[in-house]
Amino acid sequence: MKEFMFLFRQPSYDYSQTSPAEMQNLYKKWQDWVGGIAAQGKLVQTGIRLADEGKVLKAGGVVTDGPFVEIRERLGSFMVIKAESLEDATTLAHGCPALDSGGSVEIRPVYQ
Amino acid sequence: MIMEKPYDSLKQLFQQEFAKMVAVISKQFGLQHIEIAEDIVSETFLSATESWGMKGTPENPVAWLYVVAKQKTLYYFRRNKILQKKVIPAITSSQEKEQEMEDLDFSPQHIRDSQLQMLFAVCNPAIASEAQIGLALRILCGFGIDEIAEAFFTNKETINKRLFRAKDKLRIEKVKMELPPEDEIANRLDNVLHVIYLLFSEGYYSKTQNEVLRKDFCIEALRLGVLLTEFAITNQPKTNALIALMCYHSSRFTARQDSSGSPILYEQQDAALWDKDLMRQGDYFLSQSAQGSEVSSYHLEAGIAQWHCQKEDTPEKWNGILQLYDLLLQTNYSPGVALNRLFALYKAKGWETAMAEAEKLNLHDNHFYFILLGELYKNNDLSNAIANLEKAYALARTQTDKHTIREKINRLTPGC
Repeated sequence: MKEFMFLFRQPSYDYSQTSPAEMQNLYKKWQDWVGGIAAQGKLVQTGIRLADEGKVLKAGGVVTDGPFVEIRERLGSFMVIKAESLEDATTLAHGCPALDSGGSVEIRPVYQ
Repeated sequence: MIMEKPYDSLKQLFQQEFAKMVAVISKQFGLQHIEIAEDIVSETFLSATESWGMKGTPENPVAWLYVVAKQKTLYYFRRNKILQKKVIPAITSSQEKEQEMEDLDFSPQHIRDSQLQMLFAVCNPAIASEAQIGLALRILCGFGIDEIAEAFFTNKETINKRLFRAKDKLRIEKVKMELPPEDEIANRLDNVLHVIYLLFSEGYYSKTQNEVLRKDFCIEALRLGVLLTEFAITNQPKTNALIALMCYHSSRFTARQDSSGSPILYEQQDAALWDKDLMRQGDYFLSQSAQGSEVSSYHLEAGIAQWHCQKEDTPEKWNGILQLYDLLLQTNYSPGVALNRLFALYKAKGWETAMAEAEKLNLHDNHFYFILLGELYKNNDLSNAIANLEKAYALARTQTDKHTIREKINRLTPGC
């Protein structure tokens, strides 16, 4: 088993207009999906969520504030899983709720 | 409350007072002389059986025991020159110690303090966890060697040896009867809670037919849990969550077995036999456990156990249980939890979803996995259900398990 990192990117993380019931539903979708991976004993680490604010340092010492408008999808959080191969890891990423809201999951092997 | 337990026999009185007296005397002598404390208390009870047998039980048996234990302690203390010359100077200045000895303190507060310190001493990580449970049963709960041997399916000699080694370890490691430093309590508390949970499980899942003994173990585990809530520093959310968990489980104790001692599965249990008081106490401790930001595995397990206190199947119930299992798997994966989650998934989302997930599980050396598959196929594909149960039968190691599986197969086989 090798380790892979899932990087979740979504166009928007603005939940200010989301009702508590919708939040609950969204939370449950993530729970179900992560739970399915955990049930197979393939979850290494989860629960890390990046804060909305941030800074970007560029060449020449230029510092800009996040959010990072120049990319369409912002990195929201990540998670580490175990799988036999990149293909298997990609199969696990199917069903990720980030996809439902027009986002993406980037799947990258982690070298130990 | 759970802690109050009237005694109607010397045995019960023994169990109840033995642990308290050993804790107080050990506190006085130092933990390296725990055997002396045990001897003095045993002698005290021996005197009690003699004296009470002839003169009748005194009006206040507990006070009688404390007075005699004090006398015996002082007697031992004065007569034992080695102790006076070597041990006491080593502990503290002899003058001071002798003063304290004159006044062995059996006040409720001091008993409680000593028992808490004893709890932390017994749950010292230096001792093997099996020995911790044995020592806890003996020193903290006052169970006899015979009873402990029965619970562990072994003989007296083995238990004696195990306890001896554990006490030896206490000596070698110079474990003291004191609470760990404040910043270490959090770490050590985890181990203490774990030992209490193991103690409870020993009673709840034990295969011994002695029901009284099994119940006693559970009650003692609960008592130790409640003891921890009496001190601010150990009265943590996870402590309360563990107590809630034990209350919910205990509430179904009577309903779990028929008169011949055979287990009754959850679905067949008579909910009228469930103990509503214990459920209410579970609710109380669960609400107490929700005061911090921490969610321990005890919180999640207590949450699941609370749902199981509702007998009717509803979508909310199984979705709730499923969510809790998902979280439990994220903090601590185990094949057992994964299988329980699969059953919850089957109840919450139906056969097809559960089957798709079951195929991913890959627990092909686990007989419970095939029992579950048998359960899932039961209503949809009978021959597949039987084939899976046969696999489970081949994998099961104990005769009891094999017997249960064979019965399941027979029930599914037409004409049987």
